[in-house]
Amino acid sequence: MTRSVTKLVTTPEDHRIARLAAAAIGLALIDAAIPLPLPGVKPGLSNIITLIVLARYGWETAAWVCGLRVIAGGILLGQLLSPGFFMSLTGALFSLMILAGAGRLPRRWFGPVSWSILAAFAHIGGQLVLARLWLIPHNGLFYLVPIFALAALGFGIINGLIAARLLRSPSFMNTEVHHA
Amino acid sequence: MHWLSLLRPGDWLVAVLGATVCALSFPLAWQSGHAEKAIVRRNGEVFAELSLSRNARIDVPGPLGTTTIAVERQRVRVVSDPGPHQYCVRQGWLERAGEIAICAPNEVSVQIVGGKENYDSLSY
Repeated sequence: MTRSVTKLVTTPEDHRIARLAAAAIGLALIDAAIPLPLPGVKPGLSNIITLIVLARYGWETAAWVCGLRVIAGGILLGQLLSPGFFMSLTGALFSLMILAGAGRLPRRWFGPVSWSILAAFAHIGGQLVLARLWLIPHNGLFYLVPIFALAALGFGIINGLIAARLLRSPSFMNTEVHHA
Repeated sequence: MHWLSLLRPGDWLVAVLGATVCALSFPLAWQSGHAEKAIVRRNGEVFAELSLSRNARIDVPGPLGTTTIAVERQRVRVVSDPGPHQYCVRQGWLERAGEIAICAPNEVSVQIVGGKENYDSLSY
């Protein structure tokens, strides 16, 4: 009997994506553990990683990290293929779409805080569309829009500031480069 | 390092835009007029108009039997209905302008209207 050996060739790029996705998944778990009064209002801490990846390695890597985080986070939280999973998938897709455009804005003027705010609004916008079409097909949902918008603005700014700060902190970024 | 130094000029612009969206979302989402009265319809025709400021209870005869509608503390609900599914009864209290409970089998509906009529749908 011949032994078949399946060899998986991984590139440094794969390793980087895996490591960053692991960090994002960790933050997603912390996110899920924070109690908040209203379903749908969440800090979205793992998006800090998405922002940093976007700034350092570009949109494609950011999309990989974000997608892996959504799927692996779904598995770890036991909500894979549940409504909550599709909500976070939709949010991630919408924010990645807007980040594709926002990442091209001139860096001199627009930084991670801009990306973060735009992505947060896209995130909640996409989720509202999905929720209205599928989960809560009633216009009463829109009474909550102001609350969601305020949360998107607040958490968007906070996450953007954290990402900007980490990007500027030499020690954090050196470790990053060192491991890569 | 000061947090504000992390903001670039465009970031302020985006933040102001976001704040504007937030500010605009309040009147847009919460405008729907003050709930003033409940309109009870039978077979599409107005059967009664009930002021929400006064508690009331009326019986509406329909093809299946009697639907009872009650106004209490600025709200209105279907108390009982002969229909098989009881959707309109289970809907509970209606309190905002535009809300409607329809007891389709008995052809009775009750809707709250406010000072400003909201569009239920638009088509061109």
